[in-house]
Parts: sequence; C-alpha cells; structure tokens
Amino acid sequence: MSDQVAQAAQSAGSDPIVRVTGISKRYEGGVQALEGVDLDFPEGRLTSLLGPSGCGKTTLLKIIAGLLEPNAGEVQVAGRRVTGPGPERAFVFQDFALLPWATVTRNVAFGLELQGISKAERREKARHYIREVGLTGFEDRYPHELSGGMRQRVGLARAMAVDADVLLMDEPFSAVDEQTRRKFQEDLLHLLSVEKKTVIFVTHSIEEAVYLSSQVVLLSRRPGRVSKIIPTDLGGLESPDAIRRSKRYLDTVEDIWGMLKQYLLEDEIK
Amino acid sequence: MKVFGWRVPMMFSLVVWLVVWEIIGQAGWMFLIPPFTDVLRASFELLGSESFHKSAGVTLSAFASGMGIAIAAGIPLGVLMGRVDAVDRLLGMWVNVFVSAPLTALVPIIMILFGFGQTTIIVTVMLFAIWIIVLDTRAGIRSVNPSLIDMARAFCASRFQLYTRVLILAALPEILAGIRLGLIRGVKGVVIGQLLVAIIGLGELFELYSRNFLMDKFWAVTILLFAFAIAASSLIEMLERRVEYYAGARG
Amino acid sequence: MSIALVCGAWEIAGRVPISLAFPSFFDTAAAFWRMTLDGSLPIAFLITLHPLVIGIGISIVFGVGLGVTMGLSRGFEWLAAPVFIVMQAAPMAALIPLITFVYGIGLTAKVLAVCLLAVPVVVLNSYAAVRNANPSLVQMCRSFQGTRLQQIMKVIIPDASPVIFAGLRLGVAAGFIGIVLAELLITPTGIGDLITYHRAVANYAEMYASIVSIVVFSAVIVSLLEKVEVVLLRPEKRIKGTPE
Repeated sequence: MSDQVAQAAQSAGSDPIVRVTGISKRYEGGVQALEGVDLDFPEGRLTSLLGPSGCGKTTLLKIIAGLLEPNAGEVQVAGRRVTGPGPERAFVFQDFALLPWATVTRNVAFGLELQGISKAERREKARHYIREVGLTGFEDRYPHELSGGMRQRVGLARAMAVDADVLLMDEPFSAVDEQTRRKFQEDLLHLLSVEKKTVIFVTHSIEEAVYLSSQVVLLSRRPGRVSKIIPTDLGGLESPDAIRRSKRYLDTVEDIWGMLKQYLLEDEIK
Repeated sequence: MKVFGWRVPMMFSLVVWLVVWEIIGQAGWMFLIPPFTDVLRASFELLGSESFHKSAGVTLSAFASGMGIAIAAGIPLGVLMGRVDAVDRLLGMWVNVFVSAPLTALVPIIMILFGFGQTTIIVTVMLFAIWIIVLDTRAGIRSVNPSLIDMARAFCASRFQLYTRVLILAALPEILAGIRLGLIRGVKGVVIGQLLVAIIGLGELFELYSRNFLMDKFWAVTILLFAFAIAASSLIEMLERRVEYYAGARG
Repeated sequence: MSIALVCGAWEIAGRVPISLAFPSFFDTAAAFWRMTLDGSLPIAFLITLHPLVIGIGISIVFGVGLGVTMGLSRGFEWLAAPVFIVMQAAPMAALIPLITFVYGIGLTAKVLAVCLLAVPVVVLNSYAAVRNANPSLVQMCRSFQGTRLQQIMKVIIPDASPVIFAGLRLGVAAGFIGIVLAELLITPTGIGDLITYHRAVANYAEMYASIVSIVVFSAVIVSLLEKVEVVLLRPEKRIKGTPE
C-alpha cells in the first residue's frame, strides 16, 4: 500500500500537504465506516475520493476537515496534526449550507466575519471572489433567489475567500443539474489554475473524478479502505473538450468502472 | 442525558420533579402544595369513591360525544376543503380564525343557548376540538401526491374508491396528528366548560374541593385529569407511529 | 365575500329566530356601536389588555430564554423539557382556581393565568427551533472556526428565529384564552365583566357584541403577527414566484 502511495505522490510530482495515517472511524451505531486509511495528498493538485456509495468518502473528508473525530490514526496538514477545523482548510458543502437570511455578499464573507475582519475589507474580498466565480450582479440577492448551481458558486466563493491552502469539497455538484455541472467543472478547473490550491474532492461520478483530478483514490466498500490510487494526469491538453475526447480519459474512466463493477458484483453475490 | 454511561430517558426527569414536589410538600412551606405522596393516596381513594365515578363518568361521556362529533364532522369537512377550492375559499378563513381564537369567550353563549347541562359541555368540546382536525385533514389531503390520484384514475377507481382507498389513507398521518391535537384541545374544552358551568362532573369536584380547601383531593383530581389527557394523546401517537413510515417519504 | 355570507346567515338565523337568546347580526352590530360610543367597550378592552400585555411580556422573556437554553444544553433539556411537554398536553385551565387561592382576585392572578397558558407553547417552540437548527449550517460555522458564541449568535438563533416567532404568535393566542378564562372565572373585569353583566340582565345583543369583538380582536392581532413574521423573518416567502 505504501508503495502505491509513494508512487502516486511521485507521479503527481510534488510534496504531500495533507497526510492521512491509519485513520479508522466507527460510528456510534457500530458501523465501521473507515478502517486503516493511509493517504497522501500532493500539494497544488486535485485528488478525488471515489467509491461505491456508503464507503465513507464523506466521512474521511470530514475527518480531514476536523469536523469528525477518528477513532484511530491522525491527519496532518502541512506537518501539523489536525485536532479540529483550521484556517488552512476550507469546506464546500454538498447542500451548500448557505445562510438563508443573508445576502450573497454576506454569505461569501461569512468566514471572514467569523474571523473578526473589518466590514470594509470583508466587502472588498467578497466582491473579488464573487467576480471570480462569475456571480457579479447578484451581490445583494438571497440564496432562495438563486439556482442550485449559483448557490454552490456562492459556497465555493465563501471557501476561497478565507484564503485556505486546502479546499475540501464534498460532492459539490451532486445537487446541480447536468449541464450546469459541466460548466461549473470547467470553471473550477480554470479557477484552480489561477488560485493554486490543493483540493480534495469527494464524488460518486467516475467521469467527474477523472476529468477534474490529478489522481483518483478508489475506496473499497464499507469498511472503507484505500483500494487503488490511479494517477490521471490529463494535463497538457488545452481545451476541456479535448480532455473529454482523449483516449486516455476514456480509457481511465473505463478502467475505473471495471474495478467498481467488481464491488457491485461481490455485493450481489453476498 | 447520560449518567455513568447509562442513557436515562428524558421522561425520567419528571421523577426528579416529583421528588422536589414531595420535599416542598413535606417541608410544609406552602399550604397549597401537599406532599406528593398524600396526593397519590388521595388519588387512589378517589378512584374507589362513588362520587368520583359518577362525575368522571359524566365528564367522560361528554368528552367522548363531543370528540365523536368533532371527528365525524371535522374529517369530511377537511377533505372537502382539501379537494374543492370554492369550499376552501369560503371556509378557510373561519377555520383559521377559530383555530387560534379564544373560544372560551363563546362558552357563555353556548350556556345560554343550550342550558347549564351536559349539552353545553358536549358542544364546548366539539367547538374546541373540531377546527384543528379540519385544518390538519385539509393539509393532509392537499399534500397527497397528485400522481397517486392520477394512478387511481388510470386504474379506473370509482370516486368512492378514490376517497376511501387512496386519499384518506394517504392523508392518514396528518389526520391522526389532527385528531391527537384535537383530543388535547377537547380535554381543555371539557375542563373549561365544566369549570364555567361549575355544577357538572369534575368541575363540580374542583369547585367543591377548592372551596373546602381540600388541597390533596384537588391535586388528585388534577393529576388524574392530566394523566388522562396524556394517556389519550399518547395512544393516538402510537397509532401515528404506525403510519409514520410513509408520512416522511412523501417529501 | 365569505365574511358577508356568514354574516348574512347569522342575520337570517337571528330573524327566524332560533332562540330568544340569539340576536340577529344587525342587532349585535348596533349594540357594538352603542357600546363603542358610550365608551364601555373601549374601557373594557383597556382593562382586559392590561394583564394580557404584562402576561405576554413575561411569557416571551421567560419562555424564549428558557426554551433557547433547553435547546442548547442537553442537561437542561433533560430536566425541563418533559415538564413543558406535560404542561402543553394537559388542561392547565384546571389550575386557575388554585391561582385564585394564592394570589386572590387581583391583577397578579390574571397575569399568572395568562402566563400559565402562554409559557408552555412559547418554551416548546423556542426549544424545538433551536434543537432543530440546520445541522449543516452549524457544521459550516465550525468548519470556518466559528466559536461556540458565534455559532449561537450568528447561525443557530437566526436560523431558529422564524419558528421562535411562530411560537410567540401561538403564545399570544394562548394568552387571549388565558385572559378571557381568568375574567370569566376569577373575577369579572373588562370584557369578562361586560359578558357576565349583559348575560345577567339578558341584553343578549350587547353580550354577543362583547364576545364577538374580543374574538375578532384576537384573530386580527394573531394574523397581524403572522404578517410581521413573513415580512421580517422569511425572505423566502416574501417574494412570490421564486422556485422552491
């Protein structure tokens, strides 16, 4: 296993900024969600966590965020042990988690508001990131006036605004319709090329994982373990369309589907 | 709440409060609060006594008839309001007003119209209980998935079948919730009615005990009444739990 | 429209007449004007509202405070929630004779009667509102390193405020029931006095006018509060035609 990790880190070509060692998580009801997970996340890259539903992807992400406590093992971010949420990590929620009573601007600036940053500075930063995610003109709207895709853009801007090095994204596009999702994925890639963040991205869509990330971590069925790490660097291809049409992309998607199918078959036999 | 790793159910805290009551009562700080054990003893005495049987019987029969009318009239009315927009527009406002209005003020009217007897109590119970049943039934019918109705039509259900086999059943969680709330209001109605009329059933006992400063008996009647109200509403709650599985699944 | 129809039905029923003690709608309306002009009705309202306002004020401060604390603290919840659940389900009116005992027949007794009926519903709503505050928002606040105080002030309380306010509305409605009951049971003052007096002298039109006016008054107040609630606290309901 550690061979694979080293290999993957090498292939990504940079140092790990997030290091997960021996993480196990058991829920109160007795469900073993994760067991002995070791993973490295290279700096400046996007890593997807992919696996069958209920494999503990989101649990792992929330442990990295410091929102959940593992029963064993530890998470290190930039060499420091994680004991709770920290300023170097920002979370993007599956259900957006926007304050329904606050405008787009206030929602985007909410992380800064909690840090006690002055109102003028908050406004300034919020405006910048609202522009970055393409929501200029919607500053004073409320979340219920926005479509799902726009709401998640607010969630993304909020995470960007606190200037964390690591973005943790929990199935951010699962509540967004297909066309909007594609556009959003392209915008995200563009944004990340500008902002240079490390992203850990949970998804259940194989295409999304392969399309977006430098490496895909495949988790096994519950209890979740790392089953395979697949480097998917499709860098060098200019346009998003080129990626979706490239042989490498299509082959990788097919390979991963082959592996996931195994799990499904095993499930049926059981 | 956990004590030494044991989960203590929430309702157990009532025991704590009863102990506090007992202590206050034993200390004799307040004439009004006799020790809880005395109240308990009085309750058992009361349960065996002739006068209590009689007044409880009168109270119970008024309550049951009032509730019966409220349910029998409230559900059809609610269904009608849920299905027919014209009826809804006509009655919606009134039902909403009466659900939160101080109906107590109407009891004097009921008293002069129906006399100082059992009828007044029955009408009061009905009046207190019916509106919430109507409102919840209407809400239940409105929230029935329209494709369920289309399905029944597609399989050639008759109008009668549509109502009895699909609509009422699909709205059952809300209807039961309405009946439970109606029951709670009905108990309040019976108490308020009897207190105001003051010569019937438990109201008479309340009057008698409080005039003669028989505090333990007074509390005993109160406790028995409370116990009845809560037992009745938890009974309906149990029924509700049996249909809960599809109440949430509708979205 | 539906108001006119009901009033019409009342008028016809009064004309028939169903009962000697059932005046027609116009007789009642006329009585209402007479009583408004001679000042007896406005004065009665003022007298009735006095304990009501005090009682509601106390219930709001005490009830919201207690309910929010219960929602935030598990231990407190364990201790206090069942008491209020019982109070909510039980006919608290039965205790009003007791209040008369302790506090006599004055203002205190009436205020207490209002509180007795209004507090449980305010407490339980505030408690449920805080307890069911959106966990996803709370987690979001944690992920941005919000302190517990920030979590409560910036997320939990704002998220709970529509339901807390709805509880206040129900509390006001319960308070009206409490005050009417107190005025009929403890001592006839204000509206209760008008009802009792006119019933005693068989001025049925006047009696009906007093009763209808207090019922209508409470309905107007309650629906006004509902409007305030929508305007202040529910931006998602304010604008029509938005998806959701």
